[in-house]
Amino acid sequence: MKKEKTKLSRRDFFSAGTALAGGVAITSVLAGYDGLLFAAVTPNAKGIWYGIGIDINKCIGCGKCANACKLENNVPQAPFYFRSWVEQYTIKNDGSIVVESPNGGIDGFKQSVPDKDIFKSFFVPKMCNHCAKSPCTQVCPVGATFETEEGIVLVDEKYCIGCRYCVQACPYGCRYIHPDKGTVDKCTLCFHRLKKGLKPACFEICPTKARIFGDLNDPGSEINYFLKNHNCMVIKPNLNTGSKLFYNALNPEVR
Amino acid sequence: MEQHLQDLYEVLSKVDGYVYPNEIELNWSILIVLYPYITGLVAGAFILASLERIFKIRILKPTYGIALLTAFSFMLVATMPLVSHLGKPLRAYEIMITPHSSSAMAIFGFVYLWYLMVVLFLEIWFDYRRDMVIWAGETTGFKRFMYRLLSLWTTDISPKSVALDNRIGYIVTVIGVPSAFLLHGYVGFIFGSIKANPWWSTVLMPVIFLFSAMVSGIALVMGIYIILSKIRRQVIDMNCLDTIARYLFYILIIDFTLEGLDQIHRIYVAEESFEALHKLVFGQLFFTLFIVQGFFGTILPLLTLGTFQFYKPRAEIRKVIYLVLSVLILIGIFFMRWNVVIGGQLFSKSFYGYTSYKVGMIGAEGYLMAAIWLIVPFLILSFLLWLLPPWKKIETDHGNLEE
Repeated sequence: MKKEKTKLSRRDFFSAGTALAGGVAITSVLAGYDGLLFAAVTPNAKGIWYGIGIDINKCIGCGKCANACKLENNVPQAPFYFRSWVEQYTIKNDGSIVVESPNGGIDGFKQSVPDKDIFKSFFVPKMCNHCAKSPCTQVCPVGATFETEEGIVLVDEKYCIGCRYCVQACPYGCRYIHPDKGTVDKCTLCFHRLKKGLKPACFEICPTKARIFGDLNDPGSEINYFLKNHNCMVIKPNLNTGSKLFYNALNPEVR
Repeated sequence: MEQHLQDLYEVLSKVDGYVYPNEIELNWSILIVLYPYITGLVAGAFILASLERIFKIRILKPTYGIALLTAFSFMLVATMPLVSHLGKPLRAYEIMITPHSSSAMAIFGFVYLWYLMVVLFLEIWFDYRRDMVIWAGETTGFKRFMYRLLSLWTTDISPKSVALDNRIGYIVTVIGVPSAFLLHGYVGFIFGSIKANPWWSTVLMPVIFLFSAMVSGIALVMGIYIILSKIRRQVIDMNCLDTIARYLFYILIIDFTLEGLDQIHRIYVAEESFEALHKLVFGQLFFTLFIVQGFFGTILPLLTLGTFQFYKPRAEIRKVIYLVLSVLILIGIFFMRWNVVIGGQLFSKSFYGYTSYKVGMIGAEGYLMAAIWLIVPFLILSFLLWLLPPWKKIETDHGNLEE
């Protein structure tokens, strides 16, 4: 009995060898298919890697960023299309929360809650988080949405089919379908300005310098200084989107 | 365009709480409700056909051909609501040419083509080839031409070639069952994989979609069989009908359990989104979820079919009840898709508010358009039943294939 077990016939050798070779071949084919791993792998960026910082303590809710964005990027004026907008959060004494953003904050804010009921109130500017594992890029069926080497999420509007899957996938509501073009539109971090060495429009116009951006890979950059000196947080960290929009003084109520 | 903006201003005036400004527009309309609905009917009808063929449940023989042709008719239309909903419909082919490997939607084109061309088309072709050759000899004109064309001018109907047809058809069906599971499970994954949306994002979604698909497909074939027999003035095979109803009962139990499990889990873990979803379910979705999908589409059919397992009224009454149940279930599953697709977009991802949705009558996204996409498959089916009547086929016992 024992002898039989240890005996390896030529046939056994070949079948085991073939199985092994086949296994290696199949694995190497599958290795090329990394679609499943999109959100499971953290990108390892070299070179410029843009991040954004917003200091909620500095935002006065003037709404100039939202307006500048619409003007700079030809965003439709109707109040249903925004690449950048400002929300006013009001936490009442009874703990309830009122959030408002009339026309994205472009026309300024009026407090609807009487002063005596207010526990605290603050403004939260919103824009694309330029996620490193962006759910919108993940789901685009044709690859019209992509992340650049610098970590900016862009859309190729000549390629977008307008299926709206990315709009559903964005947890932050940063995308809309352009009513005239039929394709998706979103913040580009003013890519056209960046390439000329200019700041994005909303950063340029902010009167209180509440918005900061820069290279996360550069230890001396403004954004790294900001991150080092403030307790910063991203919105919805539980979704693990690799968000690169960091807020200082972010309340947990903000979603 | 102007009308679109006007509608959006109307929605804006009805917003309850706070929604992100870009969320006021509801992105996936009634057409995207139809897409999983129609695909589900295809998968369900096919699985019913496979019961007869693979699992040799011969009592289902009278519905085998009907189920196959029904699946095929609906499959031909399945992509239409999707494509017509695109912002750039003429670019739809890009999904096939440059699919993005990490996108669940990108795989759709391939799963669809695989299922339509390789599974359904081949199965029907091998099943009908001999009959088409015979019919080509018996008919004239257009029909004769169609039979010749469809059978690719083959004439060999020797027992050997027919046996080969059957064998290939059987293999195709064996491949077809996992394919049907893949087709509809995958549709569920499109929704289930969106982590941004807590109403969709559940690992159960593909399984729920699959079983609700089987429920709707079986109910559809049952209804069509009853109506078709009435039109053809044929006696309904009550054994067959009772068997279909029994399978419908079993699968409805599984479907109900899965959906119940999903809701129980949501309530028990009560995550961050719970309050927002709770208000949604008891607010805008109350009628479509509890009344239509829950009571008329699930509980009532379950109780009735359950009762029939112990006590059977006479055939005449049973027939009518089966027909009514099939319609109720079809409506129920339609609203199940509605509750998923539309329901998932009514609340803001900030969980602070709700938008609203009203279906218009006209336009590409209106309910007339949706109705057209539901009627067209029946027209195709009528044509197919005229061209390839399953009841005129020479009886083949699929059971004789095994050796």
